[in-house]
Amino acid sequence: MDKPLLAVNDLKISFAQGEGRVEAVKGVSFTVNAGETVGLVGESGSGKSITALSILQLLPENAQLRGAVQFNGESLLDFSRAQMRQIRGHKISMIFQEPMTALNPLHTVEKQIGEVLAIHLGLDRSAATAKTLELLELVGIHNAHTRLKAYPHELSGGQRQRVMIAMALACEPTLLIADEPTTALDVTVQRQILNLLSQLQDKLGMAILFISHDLNLIRHVTDRICVMKDGEVVEHGTTDEVFASPQHPYTIDLLNAEPAGKPEPLSNNSPAVMNAENIKVWFPIKKGFFRRTVGHVKAVTDLSLAIHQGETLGIVGESGSGKTTLGLALLKLQSSEGQVQFLNQRIDTLDQKQFRPLRREMQIVFQDPFGSLSPRMTVADIVGEGLDIHQLASSHSREQQIISALADVGLDPECRNRYPHEFSGGQRQRIAIARALVLRPRLIVLDEPTSALDRTVQSQIIDLLRSLQKKYNLSYIFISHDLAVVKAMSHRIVVMQGGQIVEQGATREVFAQPRQEYTRELINAAFETDQSV
Amino acid sequence: MTRFRLNPLNQRRWQNFKRNRRGYVSLWLFSILFVITLLAEVVANDKPLLLWYDGAPYFPTLVTYPETTFGGEFELEIDYRQDYAQELIEPKGWMLWPPIRYSYDTINYARMAPAEPSLDNWLGTDDQGRDVLARVIYGFRISVLFGLALTLFSTIIGVIVGAVQGFYGGKIDLFGQRFIEIWSGMPNLYLLIILSSFVEPGFWWLLGIMLLFQWMTLVDVVRAEFLRGRNLEYVRAAKALGMGNVRLMFHHILPNAMIATVTFMPFILTGAITTLTSLDFLGFGLPAGSPSLGELIAQGKNNLQAPWLGITAFLVMSTMLTLLVFIGEACRDALDPRKYYSN
Repeated sequence: MDKPLLAVNDLKISFAQGEGRVEAVKGVSFTVNAGETVGLVGESGSGKSITALSILQLLPENAQLRGAVQFNGESLLDFSRAQMRQIRGHKISMIFQEPMTALNPLHTVEKQIGEVLAIHLGLDRSAATAKTLELLELVGIHNAHTRLKAYPHELSGGQRQRVMIAMALACEPTLLIADEPTTALDVTVQRQILNLLSQLQDKLGMAILFISHDLNLIRHVTDRICVMKDGEVVEHGTTDEVFASPQHPYTIDLLNAEPAGKPEPLSNNSPAVMNAENIKVWFPIKKGFFRRTVGHVKAVTDLSLAIHQGETLGIVGESGSGKTTLGLALLKLQSSEGQVQFLNQRIDTLDQKQFRPLRREMQIVFQDPFGSLSPRMTVADIVGEGLDIHQLASSHSREQQIISALADVGLDPECRNRYPHEFSGGQRQRIAIARALVLRPRLIVLDEPTSALDRTVQSQIIDLLRSLQKKYNLSYIFISHDLAVVKAMSHRIVVMQGGQIVEQGATREVFAQPRQEYTRELINAAFETDQSV
Repeated sequence: MTRFRLNPLNQRRWQNFKRNRRGYVSLWLFSILFVITLLAEVVANDKPLLLWYDGAPYFPTLVTYPETTFGGEFELEIDYRQDYAQELIEPKGWMLWPPIRYSYDTINYARMAPAEPSLDNWLGTDDQGRDVLARVIYGFRISVLFGLALTLFSTIIGVIVGAVQGFYGGKIDLFGQRFIEIWSGMPNLYLLIILSSFVEPGFWWLLGIMLLFQWMTLVDVVRAEFLRGRNLEYVRAAKALGMGNVRLMFHHILPNAMIATVTFMPFILTGAITTLTSLDFLGFGLPAGSPSLGELIAQGKNNLQAPWLGITAFLVMSTMLTLLVFIGEACRDALDPRKYYSN
């Protein structure tokens, strides 16, 4: 075999931080051959994205690079800025994770793709438009000519990602770096994008460096993989080898981290905690000078559900199906219509003030463990705040209750005087759960509580939630797009699409025999790679 | 400063502030000047600080003593600077004088006004024979205090109005914004001039009148932060805990808005000082006779043959505003999360 296309040799990256330096990548080596797909796997913080960015020298100013990056036999680290610009987007291009923020919201699709063509290939306007059209068709956007003048917000998530790919492919790069290209997308769209990438690879013969935390994906698309942990490559080899006989304990951990297990069986006669009937959340669309309502965005329409003591009700659906809005509406954090009964009391007729005392009975845990904790409060203040509001504790027992809530969620109570930024994502999510738990609620709405976490941490959180449910006989409304997690958590599930229930029933039955086409599609997309083993 | 407990974030900010040498030195210089001028009565006064007479202490700066106390003839307050007073007191005691033996309104009859700088009047006297240095010290104090008071009150009002608009949104926000647009369209200098011809504007009157137009500076910033902040997840989480609106606003969202507010404050302060000075210069400011830097500038303009007036006023104003701007810049940098200082 001749020289590899990309050879990274003993790459070390450190960042200046405060007085010292933090080593993020500690001597990583790997190669990518022409036309091959190499996967870079690891959990968040393992240094995989930084490694990828360093290849294009897109790291912030305070980063220091050592080692060697050879591309086509030339050392990229010795390149000047002007030389690097010739490489970026031309020879090596990149797809980012978040298609919403990676496209400029003020430019049309045509302009964004045309810009790349103008810079690197020097095409004039009409030639660029023709080429753009060709690219959009290549990435499978239907009616491409009508989409040329579209702005990013007029496109769906999948379409935006396709536009990003079109941009990346505009100059027919020899290497494409895909940094979690499908993480922000729904499962069904995810699969389309992956298929698209492998088709394009066949057609154009480029190499792909595929970065992901998702082992299922990686297994599906790559030829070889490198497993990264704490800035080091702990294992590498062909994909089949690594999956068949993982050598390093960390790889084995990762492979076993798929959420597993079942919820505790439920006694038949447990009473209903919440009953909701004909819930409707419509956002009016107002137009014109007098702001007349011309239509509605129907987030949730005529939806009824019930949840029993000690039960987990899973709500699944793709983004935009209205599941989060439903969760907020049930807690009266979002105004809605319809009847809601909680512990045999009508709560939809109460105003916010009357409802406030009842809030301690129903709590919520949000998706983003970084956004949901106030950065200016200590852990003890965050957890204890609910106690203060509802005046549930004297100053002595307050401390005790905080300690026991932290112990419940598996955190060292000694850490209660620290601030959220000192904790990892999984620990923060535990703090958020402790905040809900300290009030001894009956019902907790879990809004994608594990989606921002790594797989290994996810399973820990799921185990924790299940054990807390058993201990305190809690009811959960578990909202997620991740079917594997929902399957491990829920007694019953509700499948939502377009604000309405498509299918509901006991988890086992729904997964075994989905009655609706949509449910079947979802399940196939999520578990396909498992079944193909 | 670091004595009271700062959370790690604020500790880092304080470190960043200190790393900006110019701002840090300015803060020290300004603090020293401010403390000195706060003690103006002790630094520049036409009465002795301590007086020993006939075996007993007297405190003329605090208590008014008639001449008869020291064996004089009249029931009036004694003028300690006159030879007559010294003749009465010296034989039976002594006087401890402040470093500058003039108050802001003490007239030096001994020399032709305006008199050039001398050992007695370090910066000379103005066209009414009053000591310029004493007036500068008192004037600096009143300018800074006025600026601080105006900044404080306009911040309080601005933050509350901005918070309410941003938090509740909807109609409140809509009408609030339109009102502010109209109100800020008023020609406020003319209104100030008109209003100050109705009332004899003292310190508090002037403060109130200027406050009418100053509170709007911060509303937009705070409103924007609240519009953003009310949708943060931890704010929602706090709402789900059952927290009331007021606590939600001031406990959870306000800290976010404080960065923008604190960044603005030093510049509001300099703006307020400049406005007061220009009003004094035009003669619509503080009552006649008050020590004010604006009035000193006006005197400098009217007495070009006495350059020490104009030069002093210029140097004092420019030093004060420069120091404040440097401090403001350092504050802004310290609060900027993207600003990164490496050693």
